[in-house]
Amino acid sequence: MPAKNIDIQVLRAKAVLIRREILETIHRAGSGHPGGSLSAVEILLSLYHYKMNHRPKDPKWEDRDRLIVSKGHISPGVYVVLADCGYFPKEELQTFRKLNSRLQGHVHTKVPGVEFNTGSLGQGLAVANGIALGARLLNKNFQTYCLLGDGELQEGSVWEAAMAGAHYKLERVCAIVDYNKVQENGPVNTIKNLEPLIEKWRSFGWHTVEVDGHDFPKLFQALDEATEARDRPSVIIAHTIKGKGVSFMEGDRNWHGKAPNTEQLAKALEQLK
Amino acid sequence: MSTMIATRDGFGEELVMLGKTNQRIVVVSADLEDATRAEYFKKAYPDRFFSMGIAEQDMVGTAAGLSLMGFIPFINSFAVFLTNRAYDMLRMDLCYNNCNVKVICSHAGLTVGEDGASAQCLEDLALMRVLPNMTVICPVDTIEAQKATRAIAGAKGPMYLRTSRAPLPVLTKESDPFKIGKANVLREGNDVTIFACGTMVSEALQAADILQQGKINARVVNMHTIKPIDEDMITRCAQETGAIVSAEEHQINGGLGGAIAEVLVKNHPVPMEMVAVRDTFGESGPPQELLKAYHLKDVDIAAAAQKAVHRKKK
Repeated sequence: MPAKNIDIQVLRAKAVLIRREILETIHRAGSGHPGGSLSAVEILLSLYHYKMNHRPKDPKWEDRDRLIVSKGHISPGVYVVLADCGYFPKEELQTFRKLNSRLQGHVHTKVPGVEFNTGSLGQGLAVANGIALGARLLNKNFQTYCLLGDGELQEGSVWEAAMAGAHYKLERVCAIVDYNKVQENGPVNTIKNLEPLIEKWRSFGWHTVEVDGHDFPKLFQALDEATEARDRPSVIIAHTIKGKGVSFMEGDRNWHGKAPNTEQLAKALEQLK
Repeated sequence: MSTMIATRDGFGEELVMLGKTNQRIVVVSADLEDATRAEYFKKAYPDRFFSMGIAEQDMVGTAAGLSLMGFIPFINSFAVFLTNRAYDMLRMDLCYNNCNVKVICSHAGLTVGEDGASAQCLEDLALMRVLPNMTVICPVDTIEAQKATRAIAGAKGPMYLRTSRAPLPVLTKESDPFKIGKANVLREGNDVTIFACGTMVSEALQAADILQQGKINARVVNMHTIKPIDEDMITRCAQETGAIVSAEEHQINGGLGGAIAEVLVKNHPVPMEMVAVRDTFGESGPPQELLKAYHLKDVDIAAAAQKAVHRKKK
């Protein structure tokens, strides 16, 4: 259950530990996606420790809030946060990306707490809409969140879903864009520009909130505002930094999908204290 | 035998029946529900009908989400648009997540007719049967379409139902058995077996009449389920008749014929001929003339059967 009077200092300290664990997990696996995992840490922690109603010991509790991780490659970030919440033993992080592990390379429902297998971009928002339509038919009031990458907004299917969410007035859907400005082959605005992004969502009929995606109090406020929106879905555009917390990874496309070696890991952990 | 009804009608009517008692059935659509006959459900239960507009990818994803809430979504469109346009979503959302979503595709095959190649889906059986967790069904007539609709509504997992636009002769009775994965013998014979699905079953039965005149006794099997394919039936027919013909309104590669050949080479290789569209696109024209032009008529099946029987004797 969310602790509304959460201590920001404690959460900030947790964010550092989560970032360390993410890099250690990717390093051990020898592959994975550090950039987008590090940029989404505060978003994930705000959801799991502040906003979402959820029960780590009862992951299928029917009234839980749902999170669909559309950017499925940030599995290290999601798994580390879920393990920290108590969804599964932390030791299992050692098996990430190994044969016979539950911890698949892209988020998978084998892992308690994961709602949907993803990994092909642009597909999560439609699924979130479907959950919300189903919840409405059943008179359930939980929230459905969808975490999207910025690069994946180049997929047309995201905008098909954006249109549907507004058409059906899915006020209990909240999309969160981890807007870290960098995708696999370079800056998003040089590959295919998303701007004006807020205006795009607004013109599609969504309630929009723009926020610093590394600022806990502001994220809390944005999430609360999204819950209060009526007759339309909400989107939080969270401005973030790819590879946040590690100087040599920040804003560098080369850390989108690469594991740090032993030396790089040591250097990164030096900065995460 | 003279009644002609399209299998899409059987589906549409049955879904309304099912929706009466099963509140978990919902329909997600992409603006072709009038053509697929999902419109009957829309009119009966507007609260359980959701249009995503002309957006097949969105339709699949939304249906997946609804299935996570315990609903049984039936999605529908022309076979070309759903299986080709939204393939990644069918693979990821439905099959990889093993969602309980039913995929109803009408307007499969050349008999779409005048709309031409862009609307004539000749690849769907191949595309769908290669996906893990997917079941693939192509009913022979409106009665079997009703039974298949009931069967897929009651079974778990993603399932593909291929229906026709063209009216088809009613070949089965309400009392005939229908079980997913169990093929039905419609006519006995010992010289050759013709396996057909959908539109091509009636052509196969007529082919058997033609063959009879030349003293060839052809067995005709209605292969309504393409996946899981009835291996026992294929192997038994190969052993008992020694020659096989497949007939389908689909590309020659990867469809029903391919599925049968895979079983034959493994279990009991015998001469086999395939009647199908020969690796080419269709075109506009009246359905029956198209079947003739693309060599999918009873005479083509009979010729293929004669060839298979001849190869057996060598």
